[in-house]
Amino acid sequence: MENHNNTHIIPYKTYLYILAGLIALTLISVGVTHVEVGEMSIITALVLASIKSVLVIVYFMHLKFDNRILQIAVPAIFILVGLVIFITFLDYNFR
Amino acid sequence: MDSSAVIQNIHRDDEGSKMGMWLFIFTELLLFAGLFIVYSIYRYLNPAAFALAAEQLSVTIGTINTIALLISSATIAMASSSIRLKNKKLTLFLLLVTIIMAIVFMVNKYFEWMGKIDHGFFPSSPTLQSLGSGDTLFFGLYFFMTGLHALHIVIGIVLIAIVFIRVKNNSITDNNPVLLDNSGLYWHMVDVIWIFLFPLFYLIT
Repeated sequence: MENHNNTHIIPYKTYLYILAGLIALTLISVGVTHVEVGEMSIITALVLASIKSVLVIVYFMHLKFDNRILQIAVPAIFILVGLVIFITFLDYNFR
Repeated sequence: MDSSAVIQNIHRDDEGSKMGMWLFIFTELLLFAGLFIVYSIYRYLNPAAFALAAEQLSVTIGTINTIALLISSATIAMASSSIRLKNKKLTLFLLLVTIIMAIVFMVNKYFEWMGKIDHGFFPSSPTLQSLGSGDTLFFGLYFFMTGLHALHIVIGIVLIAIVFIRVKNNSITDNNPVLLDNSGLYWHMVDVIWIFLFPLFYLIT
């Protein structure tokens, strides 16, 4: 079995750039709450949180350099969760 | 080296270990997803009470905790690189920063929870009962979801401390970094859950 040697080593610099991006997005999402009101703020907050989690999963969790099965399974889990939330809301809206 | 010859004889499947860790992470994500669904439905049914109750939470503490967790995630990810580059000292330093950031998070959480409890906001408190079901639901979910997340942080601190000790006594090296990688995966998952908890409880007011 191939072990550990096939792993791509990500340079420290990449992690620091991603970290800077994540902190910037956090501050933006905090700043946006002072500006916008109503439904839009929920959507903006969730979109920014999704971008942040994608950055964490793709770079920090090495999904970008992982095997194909995980690259399919991980987004599938998130799509599954999204669908369940969507269907639950359909149910609540039209019952 | 003698020890590395021994290690190579032991059957090991790093790819399988990583797969197992990811499967565990999937179950954890689904556990929290269930709670997020409960939260979003109750929020949908009680929009005014949830918005007012959310204003009780300190955005500053939430932001500091978010940044602390993001830094800790970056440092443990860097530790995965530094162990492969055979830099033991840097690996230990990065793991230590991760643990310190996790403790900063927990200390903040302690003061935040105590502040809420001092103001009479805790499950089935008289203050909440006088405010009605919307506020009761918000704080019930707040304490349960952040509490479950904090429990994961405590488990993470223990796990990373074990990794720290094993890196220190050379039982985790560039030849065998899978426990460090898997602890990193677990820690990033805790981070991802917080990335969603933070806007849902603190920011959407």
